[in-house]
Amino acid sequence: MTNRSPASLGALFLSFLIIGCTSIGGGLTAWIRRELVERRRWIDDQQFLANYGLSQIVPGATNVNLAVLIGAQLRGGIGACVAFTGLMLVPLSILLLLGGFYFAAHSVPGTNWINTALAGAGAAAIGFNVATGIRLGRTNVRRTGPILIAAAIIIGIGVLRIPLLEVLLVILPTSLGLTLFERSR
Amino acid sequence: MSGTLLQIAAVFTVLSFLAFGGGAAVLPDMQHQAVDVHHWVTPREFLDMFALSRTVPPGSLIVVLVGQKAAGVAGGLAAFLAMFGPSSVLAFAVAKVWHRAGRAVWREVVEQALAPVSVGLTIASGIALARSTEHDWIAYAVTAGTTVLLTFTRLHPLAVMGAGAVLVTLAGG
Repeated sequence: MTNRSPASLGALFLSFLIIGCTSIGGGLTAWIRRELVERRRWIDDQQFLANYGLSQIVPGATNVNLAVLIGAQLRGGIGACVAFTGLMLVPLSILLLLGGFYFAAHSVPGTNWINTALAGAGAAAIGFNVATGIRLGRTNVRRTGPILIAAAIIIGIGVLRIPLLEVLLVILPTSLGLTLFERSR
Repeated sequence: MSGTLLQIAAVFTVLSFLAFGGGAAVLPDMQHQAVDVHHWVTPREFLDMFALSRTVPPGSLIVVLVGQKAAGVAGGLAAFLAMFGPSSVLAFAVAKVWHRAGRAVWREVVEQALAPVSVGLTIASGIALARSTEHDWIAYAVTAGTTVLLTFTRLHPLAVMGAGAVLVTLAGG
């Protein structure tokens, strides 16, 4: 794969540092595409999508995997490390600061409202997770078999509270078998 | 102290390999480990940390706060590296095999088989979190309302989280 302009490690770091800052309002994936495909032109849309698909398949945060994969494609192992560090440096620092404030506020009287407000934000954040799952499902899970697989996980973990590892050990082979069965018909 | 750091590293390294479909997948197990097994945080603190971590990209840095509560900044960094290091190395390794496979059939099979797993895990994590914290009817209403709003509209997630915070504060918690 030839890229229109080769990415230097410094520029790669800077790009992901900028992405880590600009995405603080959300939309991390969109910011990664905008910076690397549109602005820098280091990769094209097809390469972006291939990496994005793969980043969803392997375990771990999708966006972080995406940064690692693009960094690796551009500059190998060092590129992956540089992209990862650039992306996480600012958000990680901010969160450690937020954590410091949060733990300090715990011991100060008159800060009960912070806990109440956080409980509200937490309740909404839970809805954010559920909505993300539903949105993903509407486009990717449309046939009966896959819907049953998703439903089994939701009941197993959400309602029956079975540990994740046990659920995955049963569900992953089942889903693979079902996919092979459906394709063979 | 170093004992706690090792425990943090061990817990989050295991979770790192199980996070299919993103960090949300392991939230119920993470909560179990952090609250019930190791007593690093209370259920209430866990939900607070979840809310805080959702405001900062990539939205899955709750591990940093759990580690920070358990063992200070060093604990936060240990949790961060344990959670994101192994999965990143795995992604890097899989990418080599993956790109070589081109449009091989097994690649499509794996993609198809994993899609409903990711979706199920993401939704299940939300339900498990709501059930394991002291969710009163106001909190359930906010969760349900947010789910509907963010599924069917293009409203900004942070705006909806802010609205949830204001609503619950006004309702008196």
